[in-house]
Amino acid sequence: MQFETMSEFITMDGHGLYVWLSYGIGVSIIIGNLVLPLFKRKELMQSLARRLRRENNTQ
Amino acid sequence: MAGSSWLPRWFYQLASPRWCYDITGKLLPGFLIAAILLLIAGVVWALAFAPPDYQQGNSFRIMYLHVPSAILAQSCYMLMAVAGAVGLIWKIKVADMVAYACAPIGASIAVMALATGAIWGKPTWGSWWVWDARLTSMLILLFLYMGVMALYAAMENESMAAKAASVLSLVGLVNIPIIKYSVEWWNTLHQPATFTLTEKPSMPVEMWLPLLVMVVGFYCFFSVSLMLRLRNEIIRRERRSGWVRELIASK
Repeated sequence: MQFETMSEFITMDGHGLYVWLSYGIGVSIIIGNLVLPLFKRKELMQSLARRLRRENNTQ
Repeated sequence: MAGSSWLPRWFYQLASPRWCYDITGKLLPGFLIAAILLLIAGVVWALAFAPPDYQQGNSFRIMYLHVPSAILAQSCYMLMAVAGAVGLIWKIKVADMVAYACAPIGASIAVMALATGAIWGKPTWGSWWVWDARLTSMLILLFLYMGVMALYAAMENESMAAKAASVLSLVGLVNIPIIKYSVEWWNTLHQPATFTLTEKPSMPVEMWLPLLVMVVGFYCFFSVSLMLRLRNEIIRRERRSGWVRELIASK
């Protein structure tokens, strides 16, 4: 561990804002890239299932 | 494809959307676990355990996001261009879908590289942005990704859109060596490459080992995101085929 206390870890010798802002952006882009395709899959499966039901009903 | 046996069998298997859907389904969990473990370990290591730089202090911890995202943004572009070329030459639909899936991931990773670079630049160079060769060529990479995405969005006809986007991404490929050598060809504020394949890293091992973990973690994360998007695209385009109908009905 490079830091003695929690507040030292958060302030990073005055660079805290830069470091935490970067990591915030980085982590949200990574999570977004995993979560968005999962949501899209759910949406897609639901709309295709509706279409399939409609087709089966009209036959 | 009978008669032409100079390409291996797996190449044609890759061309089958169903086979691709199945194999990515098997590969996904492993890559997901690897990505989660490597990224969590890498981030904790980078933030708390790596030693601070003797010149830049703690702001250098941004490197552990900046370098992997910059490497990945370029690798992703190369994959997109190669997949586009394969789609153009052999008319393989799955290759077009891979290229299509690469674009939004690559664009967001390029944004990450640019944003972390700007934030790192402020305490290090005293400026968020300079029109330096490395930064400008990286910005062009982002615009190329956006152009490819715009072409896909603008064209109704999928195969026409894939053709246009592949040509654009192949033309834009010239930007990749420009990014790579920009720090050597022009005088720039940006520091030279952190990692090279031929030389030993200039950093001590406790600094570059977490970086290596992050780079591998980023590639695993990229594989997961790419496979998720590719599978969505396979289902969307193959929605009329029997196996997709069965898959949907079974849900």
